[in-house]
Amino acid sequence: MISGAEIMVKCLEAEGVKVVFGYPGATICPFYDKIYDSTTIRHILVRQEQNAAHMASGYARCSASGIPGVCVATSGPGATNLITGIATAYTDSIPLVAITGQVRSDLLGRDVFQEADITGACEPFVKHSYIVKKTEDLPRVFKEAFHIASTGRKGPVLIDIPMDIQENEIEEFVYPESVNIIGYKPNTKGHAIQVKRAVEAIKKSRRPLIVSGGGVLLSGVKPKFQAFADKTGIPVISTMMGIGVMPSEHELYLGMLGTHGKTVANLGDRAVAAPHQMSENTTVIHIDIDPAEIGKNVKTEIPIVGDMKNVMNMLIESIGDYKVSNQWQETVKTWKKDFLRVPPVFEGFVEPRTLVAHLSAMLRSKAILVADVGQNQIWCANNFRIREGRFLTTGGMGTMGYSIPAAVGAKLARPNRDVVVVCGDGSFQMSMNELATIAGNKLAIKIIIMRNHRLGMVRELQDKNYNCRHSATILQGDPDFLKIAEAYGIDHAEANSNEEAEEIIKGMVNSDKPFILVCNVYPDTPSI
Amino acid sequence: MQYTLSILVENQAGVLSKISGLFSRRGFNIDSLAVGVTNDPGVSRITIVANGDEYVVEQLEKQLNKVIPVIKVKRLNEGEFISRELILIKVHCAASKRAEIIKTAEIMQAKIVDAAPSCVTVEYCETSARVKTLIDMLKPYGIREIVRTGTIAIDRGNAAVSV
Ligand SMILES: Cc1ncc(C[n+]2csc(CCOP(=O)(O)OP(=O)(O)O)c2C)c(N)n1
Ligand SMILES: [Mg+2]
Repeated sequence: MISGAEIMVKCLEAEGVKVVFGYPGATICPFYDKIYDSTTIRHILVRQEQNAAHMASGYARCSASGIPGVCVATSGPGATNLITGIATAYTDSIPLVAITGQVRSDLLGRDVFQEADITGACEPFVKHSYIVKKTEDLPRVFKEAFHIASTGRKGPVLIDIPMDIQENEIEEFVYPESVNIIGYKPNTKGHAIQVKRAVEAIKKSRRPLIVSGGGVLLSGVKPKFQAFADKTGIPVISTMMGIGVMPSEHELYLGMLGTHGKTVANLGDRAVAAPHQMSENTTVIHIDIDPAEIGKNVKTEIPIVGDMKNVMNMLIESIGDYKVSNQWQETVKTWKKDFLRVPPVFEGFVEPRTLVAHLSAMLRSKAILVADVGQNQIWCANNFRIREGRFLTTGGMGTMGYSIPAAVGAKLARPNRDVVVVCGDGSFQMSMNELATIAGNKLAIKIIIMRNHRLGMVRELQDKNYNCRHSATILQGDPDFLKIAEAYGIDHAEANSNEEAEEIIKGMVNSDKPFILVCNVYPDTPSI
Repeated sequence: MQYTLSILVENQAGVLSKISGLFSRRGFNIDSLAVGVTNDPGVSRITIVANGDEYVVEQLEKQLNKVIPVIKVKRLNEGEFISRELILIKVHCAASKRAEIIKTAEIMQAKIVDAAPSCVTVEYCETSARVKTLIDMLKPYGIREIVRTGTIAIDRGNAAVSV
């Protein structure tokens, strides 16, 4: 005989899960009792459940396996704490499996202690969810959940498991070899005729341009994508989630688009930028794994539904020896030069944009930079010179506090890479409780706090649109972050100039311990 | 523009709330919704009549297709399907008006299914348009209560929406 809880662990093992992030409580105790014995799965105890989901997200985004990140929480408050993390993964299309304990199935609906309708509450933020009513169903549900999370448009799947379902025993454990969900057959192939039309349109275009989102990274097609750009000479701009599809210094990469992009990506009618800036003569080819995205926000002439992995192959094959015109190539080169602007320095402060620009060279080539939300995020997005590494941030939900937990996940997935967090003084305080997780697990994560004593990005908005009335954006009563580091036993330093900061960073990257660097930033430094 | 969607779903807990939630979340308006099991006990059909422009309907179809237990979504073509709804109308009916009301029901091919000293109940199974006509005709007598189902619809001829 085998219990539901044992089955849950065996399912995770069968899926190849190596790390789960979680926080226990009464209704998930049967599972915790069994995972205690697992020899292949490491459990990371977080300090708040939201961060378990963010860690799972950082892990999934960086791990080579493509396996969804896994987070676990108890019923009621544990489960509701997960919601922001799940919603963040949903908007960022990150594969996640979230497991929650639930009150005994015969008590469901009676509002007993720590009962929360978590599948109901998460409905808008999950790709799918299950509430398991029979122990026998567990293997099928897990198999389906991992499949759904990691195929098609990736996203979070929630499995809610009442305590008695975890306790009940059944004869034996058999993990299904395949799934058959009649209503779920994502189209990944890419339509050959549409690809042909796309190639014809590219060949006809005077100024072809690629706008890449995060899908290129999620489908693991980055090398082929770069080969395509190189071969054709088509310049590339990216969304915030797409940063890293090309090395920043690549002559064809023109930066991030959007209201906070500073680059030629936003040159209006000189290039294609935001949808509202596109001219009448623009032909839009939209490649997406999710058919519902096509035509939703951008008028599209040539839709291609499919996985970039397949579509990229088809494009490379059918574009042949095509190369963009010399004139277009030259224009792109001049634009690229245009945008290397050095921001002014304020005496006695760190200039964050210049620091981030220099940071990359001080890290190893495959470094992972995790930016939080706010001005710090924009400084990173526009100035980090990514090479072969990754840039992680939440572009979909923009959840403050994402960076520290996401970095924990990234470091566990890629222990041999440099993992650096850049966050604001506001966002740091949204997840600084996870310093305990970093210290406790001896994770060599380097945290750079850009301290401006402001909720900088909102303050900037108030300057622009609200007559400089700084309602609730001045941070008062903040602790001494160096003492916080000290309390957790984490090495730390403070910088008041770029020279100081860079000197500290040089030492920090060579240590195999976590580090916190507090950079004092001039409060009126703009985002762009 | 009014349109009718025929949706086949896996018959499992929570499907209906997933679908109705999707409508409200994305600001789509539903005129009527009807659910019932099909010839396959594992599969239910949801018929939705809703309003919106072409963009809205297309988005709606795509979003519905993303719901995992949704097996198939079909927009029924105007004029190529038969639709019905069922209505029960309780009408005030003084003895002096009884014959008149019975006549009205007869003209419309509706059935009187219950009667009491001061009211009658009329049953009618027809298209929404005909149902509306009947309601309009009975209104002058004073309607006490209306109970009606959502519209159900089926393709004409050989076409069928099946798994
Ligand atoms: C959870 C959450 N709450 C509120 C916001 C709104 N918001 C966006 S940026 C920002 C300020 C961030 O301040 P800080 O972390 O200090 O970064 P800075 O902009 O100063 O670099 C706020 C409050 C958000 N994105 N997420
Ligand atoms: Mg700040």
